[in-house]
Amino acid sequence: MSLLKYESQQREPLVGGNKDYHQVTEDIISPIEMKPSRLWYIGFYLSVSLLLFGVYSVYREVTYGIGQWNLNKTIGWGWDITNFVWWVGIGHAGTLISAILLLFRQGWRTGVNRAAEAMTIFAVMCAGQFPIWHMGRVWMAFFVLPYPNSRGPLWVNFNSPLLWDVFAISTYFTVSLLFWYSGLLPDLATVRDRAKTKLRKLLYGVASFGWTGSTKHWQRHESLSLVLAGLSTPLVLSVHTIVSFDFATSIVPGWHTTIFPPYFVAGAIFSGFAMVQTLLIVVRKVMGLQEYITLGHIEAMNKVIVLTGSIVGCAYLTELFIAWYGQNPYEWYAFSQNRANLFSPYGWSYWLMMFCNVVSPQLFWSRKLRRNITVTFFMSIVVNIGMWYERFVIIVTSVYRDYLPSSWSTYYSPTIWEIGFYLGTFGLFFTCFFLFAKYFPVIAVAEIKSILKTSGENYKVKMTDIEKADAEKFYSEEVEHAH
Amino acid sequence: MAGGIKKFVVGSFSDEAVLFPAVKNVRKAGYKIHDVYTPFPVHGLDHAIGLRETSLHTAGFIYAITGTTTALSFMSWVFTKDWPLNIGGKPHFALPAWIPITFELTVLFSAVGMVLTFCYLCQLSPFVKKHHFHPRSTDDLFVMAIECTDKTNDAEVQSFLEKAGAKEINIQVAETGWWIGRYDREQKLYRDEKGY
Repeated sequence: MSLLKYESQQREPLVGGNKDYHQVTEDIISPIEMKPSRLWYIGFYLSVSLLLFGVYSVYREVTYGIGQWNLNKTIGWGWDITNFVWWVGIGHAGTLISAILLLFRQGWRTGVNRAAEAMTIFAVMCAGQFPIWHMGRVWMAFFVLPYPNSRGPLWVNFNSPLLWDVFAISTYFTVSLLFWYSGLLPDLATVRDRAKTKLRKLLYGVASFGWTGSTKHWQRHESLSLVLAGLSTPLVLSVHTIVSFDFATSIVPGWHTTIFPPYFVAGAIFSGFAMVQTLLIVVRKVMGLQEYITLGHIEAMNKVIVLTGSIVGCAYLTELFIAWYGQNPYEWYAFSQNRANLFSPYGWSYWLMMFCNVVSPQLFWSRKLRRNITVTFFMSIVVNIGMWYERFVIIVTSVYRDYLPSSWSTYYSPTIWEIGFYLGTFGLFFTCFFLFAKYFPVIAVAEIKSILKTSGENYKVKMTDIEKADAEKFYSEEVEHAH
Repeated sequence: MAGGIKKFVVGSFSDEAVLFPAVKNVRKAGYKIHDVYTPFPVHGLDHAIGLRETSLHTAGFIYAITGTTTALSFMSWVFTKDWPLNIGGKPHFALPAWIPITFELTVLFSAVGMVLTFCYLCQLSPFVKKHHFHPRSTDDLFVMAIECTDKTNDAEVQSFLEKAGAKEINIQVAETGWWIGRYDREQKLYRDEKGY
């Protein structure tokens, strides 16, 4: 009865070392109970200072107006919307891991889902900043909500992709948060029940909502997780689809493309997994969690990266081909001159994007490189740079030359406050992530325990022996019987 | 708010492989299992202790269709009755353009509704306190609580549990419901404090 789910002994164990249930708790919860290390403080204060710089940049933008940014007549969307799409894309990996991989019964998701979901939530928080502050008169941000007002009531335009975005991003944030937190409840209860200090007992007692681990509650919790996963799966695909509609429903050459939704979703998963790699490679090292986030986990994520990277590559080539095949001179000009021509003002960004997103991930066809930590870490940064440039290429190269050559802007480069705002969101992201890594269980303790007896290393070894003995017994009996 | 004070025989198991036959034997012997507390979801345990399937997913479906109808009816009302806008001469009733928002609200209503229902059914909320039969039930122990009635022979149940493989066995008098409380201090039940 102990093995409720069978897993082949040939498969690589998901939890290394000689672990029992208590050891799992000990390994994951004890960093929360210790004082933060020096390195943590350095990282945390660095993030907070970046955040403060961002706050100041935004303060300038709000006080002096959008002119603080180098946007001009044709480039109304510059760094800020590039950053928005980039952050939203990063925010796709967490829900993909926790929802889609749950439905596909991928056991390896248990080691990485908690941190990836947290990353998702923080990334969406960062993404949300850009359209909000880009409004200029941010105190009127609530105008995007359909509420009965004294202006008619004049409602929002439900036919506009920008409004769909409002609904998609806010729904995505809410559902991800609920999914993440409902999964955290049992683990927070574990921290509470181990707590030695009064303050910790109080805080984790409040945060864990009085969770007891009753069988009925677990049954409902399982049902809730499954349905939330079922809901999040189409949701995660819809969010970046809708973000791509911001471009695809327009008639701007370079944006007016039906391939955008799948291409954006694949790109989002691609960049999201790269960010998960960046964070988890650091987390597993600093917190000593190599036995929970194994090379197997890293390899699995690299496989997703090479798959989605290749899908993105296919999409780049397809849209280039269709731009030529479609015989629309404006469309073809946008692709052949504004982008693919290396000597045009932004040609370099197109080829940088091509190199980072299409060429470099092909390294991961090699198993040896997929399982190499240094290569993976380096590649995760390259991919994220590449994906940032993808959004930059889409936005800037399509609008810097419009139909009226007299209004072509020669060159758009951001001001220090535009850059500061972007750095500020890094500050926000890492501040949140540092706090999360210190005060929350970074790995789903209960979920690891539930796969321990099928995928833990010591149990696998034990089972291999039992199976071997069984096979030998069967063989000898059969042979005896035959004679 | 309070479920009532009852007496329990509590046995802790360290392995789910021992727990399952124990649950079976305890039920066969006619004792009433109040609950089993486990550190992670043990698949099949709900059926083993005789719980019925949860209907939470049905609630989720009802919330979902509420979301769908809310979104569709609201947008139709706004754009066809309350304030019809001429957007490029396109139809006022622009169903295809409303699909994204309809979908998002379907998901939003279902997820929020289900989580709230889950919290309500399991009585989960900040500042809610419940009796814990064993502090390690969220760590590595599977804790079975058997409810005692006037007729139950405690010693008999205890020896029964011991035979079934339980590690620590004791008798606890406990409140079965929940009360408003904090985990950093011992609190009496509300009705004891007020002297009901």
